[in-house]
Amino acid sequence: MTAAVDPAVDVEPGGRRSGVPWRALALQPVLVLVALGAFAVWRSGAELTDAEARPLGWGALGGTVVDHLELVAVAAVVVLVVGIPLGVLLTRGPFRRATPLVLGVANTGQAAPAIGLFVLLATWLGFGFRSAVVALVLYSVLPVLRNTMVGLQGVDARLVEAGRGMGMSALSVLLRVELPLAVPVMLSGVRTALVLLVGTATLATFIDGGGLGLLITTGINLNLDSLLYSGALLVALLALAVDWVGRVVETLARPKGL
Amino acid sequence: MSETVTDQRTVSGVSIRLEGVTKRYPGQRTPAVDSVDLEIAAGETVMFVGPSGCGKTTLLKMLNRLIEPSGGKIFLGDEDVTGQDPDRLRRRIGYVIQAGGLFPHMTVGTNVGLVPGMLGWDRARIAERTDELLDLVGLDPEVYRDRYPKELSGGQQQRVGVARALAADPPVLLMDEPFGAVDPITRQRLQDELLRIQEELGKTIVFVTHDFDEAVKLGDKIVVFDVGARVVQYDTPEAILAEPAEDYVADFVGAGATLKQLTLTRVSDTELHTPVTAAVGEDSAAVVARAEEAGERYVVVVDGRGRPVSWPSVAELSRTTSVPGTRDDRLPVVGLRSTLNDALDTMLAASQGGVVVTGRRDAVAGVLVVEQVMAAIQSTRSEVRG
Repeated sequence: MTAAVDPAVDVEPGGRRSGVPWRALALQPVLVLVALGAFAVWRSGAELTDAEARPLGWGALGGTVVDHLELVAVAAVVVLVVGIPLGVLLTRGPFRRATPLVLGVANTGQAAPAIGLFVLLATWLGFGFRSAVVALVLYSVLPVLRNTMVGLQGVDARLVEAGRGMGMSALSVLLRVELPLAVPVMLSGVRTALVLLVGTATLATFIDGGGLGLLITTGINLNLDSLLYSGALLVALLALAVDWVGRVVETLARPKGL
Repeated sequence: MSETVTDQRTVSGVSIRLEGVTKRYPGQRTPAVDSVDLEIAAGETVMFVGPSGCGKTTLLKMLNRLIEPSGGKIFLGDEDVTGQDPDRLRRRIGYVIQAGGLFPHMTVGTNVGLVPGMLGWDRARIAERTDELLDLVGLDPEVYRDRYPKELSGGQQQRVGVARALAADPPVLLMDEPFGAVDPITRQRLQDELLRIQEELGKTIVFVTHDFDEAVKLGDKIVVFDVGARVVQYDTPEAILAEPAEDYVADFVGAGATLKQLTLTRVSDTELHTPVTAAVGEDSAAVVARAEEAGERYVVVVDGRGRPVSWPSVAELSRTTSVPGTRDDRLPVVGLRSTLNDALDTMLAASQGGVVVTGRRDAVAGVLVVEQVMAAIQSTRSEVRG
């Protein structure tokens, strides 16, 4: 047939990047920055007692935030390194049978009260950073694991067959077809896990793991509202910021043509 | 691939031989495919037809070992490929599935270049081959190379699927109900396209379909299967229509076998009328004079490559100064290898009394009018009666 008689020849090349909701994405960082600015203004002008001023000093505050981020980052790396390969493995041939078992364990990890998980692990592995990371990983691996599996299972089986049928190896089909197509779902799992981590990492302070939870517990114990609120606000802003970064990455990493 | 020319037909395919090929699934009493012996000649298009669940698709997928046979041997040419590494085997066998099976996150060009890439071709050669193939299936490389599959219509996606399967010039092409998901008019065009490509390339094609008309139109031979992939009849379309081997085949062929003869007659089998043609931009008065001299009331306007653009009447043309290049999207066109059935369908769809017939590279080969189709029906009917 000639292209001349094909009525659908002039399909518009749908604008490839036009789907990016930049305006919606711009709102979140603006809110975070405004709140952060308001906090900075309050902190500079507020009259603080000595007990308040020490942890709220710029240096101390920065250190606490870095501690918190360190917890989150280390746990996140472990979650990715464990969750994604495990999710991939559980969608491959014979390993599929282990799926209910592994998902069961991951579900238990998430369903168990986080504080209980922290304390139990601390009595077993000792207090400190390491136990906190293990607890955080157990608590937040589920979304990554599950979304990796769901994303891969969502890839049209005919595309996998087409890939195998043209002579791609199983690994090549996984890397070039299945994973790229599963990326949007997987990244949304990663974002969920990161936001969970930022929030849950506040509990690390109970087992001497550091982080912004320290401000909150100190504020409660010593009845210092300024510490309590500062800690709570900073955790919330951090979670929002991480969520935003996740959204931006999701938008940019989304394969073209979908 | 060495190309040999026999009976003026290009053959770049190899023969396929099946010996006692069997597929048993665990827990099933009867085998899905029960010891099939079959020989397919190089360069032939063989159609697998049969009811759903008869094992024809299973048999097809055993040819490229997407399904591993439980027994028997498969030969490509003289080479026993039953034990060969399946991934390497598949790179030598083109595979086309419904809707093309294109990867949505890759451009058309990337999709087509996948197998050459796996075979280690260099970048420039892949790019050149991709353009060549897009051109072969009737898609302008400049326009389509960098598009994503979702920006294409169903028929265009299917054509890219065919281009992708042909990319590394495999001797064998397996097609699993490729045209099942497109509308009838597009399907007919895709079939014509495949016939034209096959005429140019001469691959060995194994094509699974549930549409007997499609089998008659496309196949050099047809295999009719019953349950367990039992070969009930393996013959040319003409022979199967004329003498169905069993009642089962007669049922499958259907009662309209007389009219199915229309499906057997190709446009190229009829005597085509040679129209007066005019190039786009030519002086209208000269064209009108030429047409009047030939006693023609219509003129076929062609582009620089001889492809039909529109089909205006002499009266229409005489109102212009130079021949207009406006494409008529509803222009009824069929290929030389189309059947009279297709030609009649196309005329009815366009509400016209004739069709423009195109041959190699879509250039105008002639004109077919409805009277000729009617005459063909009359003659086959009287043949059948008499």
